Amino acid sequence: MLAVACLIAGGLWIGLHVNLLPDSASVNAPIYDELFKVLFSIGAILFLGMLGLVIYSLIRFRRRDGETGEGIALEGNLPLEILWTAIPAVVVLFVGLYSYDIYERMGGMENMNQSSHDHSSMKTEQRIWGGIGASTSQLDSQRGLNPLPVEVTAMQFAFLFHYPQGDILTGELHVPIGRPVSMKMESNDVIHAFWVPEFRLKQDVIPGQPTILNFTPNKVGKYPIICAELCGPYHGGMRSTVVVEEPDAFDSWLSKNSKQTASET
Amino acid sequence: MTFVPSSEINNNSPQSLQPKGWLRYFSFSLDHKVIGLQYLVCGFVFYLIGGALASAIRIELTSPISDFMARDVYNQVLTLHGTIMIFLWIVPVVNGAFGNYLIPFYVGARDMAFPRLNAVAFWMIPPAGLMLISSYFITGAAQSGWTAYPPLSITTPAAGQIIWIISVLLLGGSSIFGGINFLATILKLRRPGLKLMQLPMYCWAMFGTSILVVLSTPVLAGTLILLSFDIVAHTGFFNPSLGGNVIVYQHLFWFYSHPAVYIMVLPAFGLVSEILPVHCKKPLFGYTTMVYSIMAIVVLGLVVWAHHMFTSGTPPWMRLFFTIATSFIAVPTGIKFFNWVATLWGGKISLNSAVLFSCGFIINFVLGGITGVALAQVPFDIHVHDTYFVVAHFHYIVYGGSVFVIFSSIYHWYPKFTGKMLNENLGRFHFLITFVGFNLCFAPQHWLGLNGMPRRVAEYDPQFTFVNQLSSLGALLMAISTIPFLWNIIQSIFKGEVAGDNPWEGLTPEWLTSSPPPVENWNGPAPLVTEPYGYGAVKKEALDETTTNKTESPKQTE
Ligand code: HEM
Ligand SMILES: [Cu+2]
Ligand SMILES: [Cu+2]
Repeated sequence: MLAVACLIAGGLWIGLHVNLLPDSASVNAPIYDELFKVLFSIGAILFLGMLGLVIYSLIRFRRRDGETGEGIALEGNLPLEILWTAIPAVVVLFVGLYSYDIYERMGGMENMNQSSHDHSSMKTEQRIWGGIGASTSQLDSQRGLNPLPVEVTAMQFAFLFHYPQGDILTGELHVPIGRPVSMKMESNDVIHAFWVPEFRLKQDVIPGQPTILNFTPNKVGKYPIICAELCGPYHGGMRSTVVVEEPDAFDSWLSKNSKQTASET
Repeated sequence: MTFVPSSEINNNSPQSLQPKGWLRYFSFSLDHKVIGLQYLVCGFVFYLIGGALASAIRIELTSPISDFMARDVYNQVLTLHGTIMIFLWIVPVVNGAFGNYLIPFYVGARDMAFPRLNAVAFWMIPPAGLMLISSYFITGAAQSGWTAYPPLSITTPAAGQIIWIISVLLLGGSSIFGGINFLATILKLRRPGLKLMQLPMYCWAMFGTSILVVLSTPVLAGTLILLSFDIVAHTGFFNPSLGGNVIVYQHLFWFYSHPAVYIMVLPAFGLVSEILPVHCKKPLFGYTTMVYSIMAIVVLGLVVWAHHMFTSGTPPWMRLFFTIATSFIAVPTGIKFFNWVATLWGGKISLNSAVLFSCGFIINFVLGGITGVALAQVPFDIHVHDTYFVVAHFHYIVYGGSVFVIFSSIYHWYPKFTGKMLNENLGRFHFLITFVGFNLCFAPQHWLGLNGMPRRVAEYDPQFTFVNQLSSLGALLMAISTIPFLWNIIQSIFKGEVAGDNPWEGLTPEWLTSSPPPVENWNGPAPLVTEPYGYGAVKKEALDETTTNKTESPKQTE
């Protein structure tokens, strides 16, 4: 009993105090980190528990030099077996429900086709599959924010970002802090994936199948954009940067690059 | 008794025309024991090749820039490494090698149900493997990873990809032949009087695995054939520029390849269930729940594949369904682990190499299973999918799990295979560096993935250099660990202590015959073992008689 209590306390402590995650820079990153802490605590308890049991058994029940004889004739124990079917089942059920809740809070259950998109250039009857990210429609209409639409094109070995507003084409993503961004992504050649570790978000960018990713950055800074799907020899070099900046800075970037002065790319 | 149909095949002319001595192992032998060892040695050779490729990968990753190999060569190495380790090492060894060697003993037969098909299945493997490897030297190997996702696999150089497809088709075919053979042997060749629920656990594991093989491998074969049409005939099944759909490929691929991970690990579960009771001198805990959990894993394993596709085109309802189904696999899997720990509990455990590797397997696999359940949660996976976190997860499972069990099994059955004992001190030393090296190599990769290192890259953010070098150091230890192992295996054949028929005092039928066993498996009639795990104080007398009177166990009722 005492051992179990120590184990649970220890596992929780590890789960809550050991931080393995990078910076958090989007609205859904703290939600993710909460899930991570819970999973890490449960995992630590289970792992340390099993590790302890195995090591303890190996030491306590080892065959000493010259010892003969056999172990106890124990072929099973139904109540015990039921117990360790039930406990994992309950844990797994809890984890499943909890992660559903997290998923919903991240905006995962929203119907992507209805979120506030204004990509008039793309065929609307197309089916669109989505990533998640807190979130466009509800939250924003509450706050009176309209999301910033960005069209993303991936190709070997670069991302291109097109802002319908101002018709800007750039290789570096600029977004204002606090405003939701809604990206519609498609690939020109093979499958790529858009990943920003600090946003805790990833979505494949697929040829012939547009996908959507929404996020709301909440920390100023420069973060890496990483291609996470093997896409050819230079896959490891397929990186870019997302610049999260204050609204003023973003607006001046926007107006500086608008229309005719398309940036580097 | 004349209950063993296949014994004719062993005793009539084709068999006696076979070469004798070590030359047998290079012949089209029909003896299941020879075929089993052919699988094992052949698999181990491919393991060494795959390991050399892994070392090349880890050397490249000691620095953040791509400086050791050309980038396209890196992708070829990566693809070959994955394909070889899965299709030429783990699958053939946990199924083909131990399955062929042990299953006929366990069901009380003289050979497999279809010995010729069995030999054909084995002899498909060396050419397929050689073809795959030689593609690197002749045309350049495939470079789209072991998953071969289109459109990448359609747009990279065609020759290497086609050779990859043909090899995998051959290996898949071999695996299907093997699966059919195991099912037939377990169901039809059982010795009269032997009930299904008296079979050693490895038979149940192979029964479940073979169902998965037979149901899912044909889907992979069909998918790869369509992919090859896309490549050579420019059809458009999976080619979006011709109206094809790349997501469909992923569904079909994972419909095979998730079950494939159980094809690699269920037999390992079975082997551990054989090894632990013998060295703990205690019955396997919870036989019945073990059987049911294998079957539950088989059923659930068929409906979880889309957890590999959470970030591709997957609608929300599908994500949730696969999250729940995948999480629930942890329940039957957990039962098995608790049962093994309960098997240790109260035993008289010999701390030998076989036990150490089995317990190392338990520890590693628990960690891999925990990260697996985490990965099954959509919101969690969306951050770490396709990163080094996933690389860490599945190496904990396939290396920390299956490969540890293969080593454990070699330590356990080597005396039966050869009649000689292995050197235990070398074995424990081998365990120590393997365990330390493995954990040093893969544990840090969890952190790498969480913090932003994607998988399958030859270059990375310099902030990850140190941790990658740690990981490479672990890989170096793992590479070194094969030296004491190989030395032990080779020198014990010549200098090893003579093992005798039953050095571990095991109760399963392969121990109730000479080491190595005669062609007919037993010189007399096949023993009827109804209590394969009948250890323990209560059954003490039974064991005493077994050990004093080796040819006739008290559990044989002839
Ligand atoms: C407790 C049971 C397990 C669960 C819940 C689980 C879950 C998962 C999930 C969700 C992924 C996808 C991760 C991603 O790509 O984002 C994954 C990947 C993988 N798992 Fe597991 N897993 C389990 C056990 C196993 C076993 C038994 C094996 C093999 C013997 C295995 C081998 C793999 C492999 C090879 C991959 C990576 C495939 C690839 O992308 O190349 N897993 N696992
Ligand atoms: Cu890419
Ligand atoms: Cu899977």
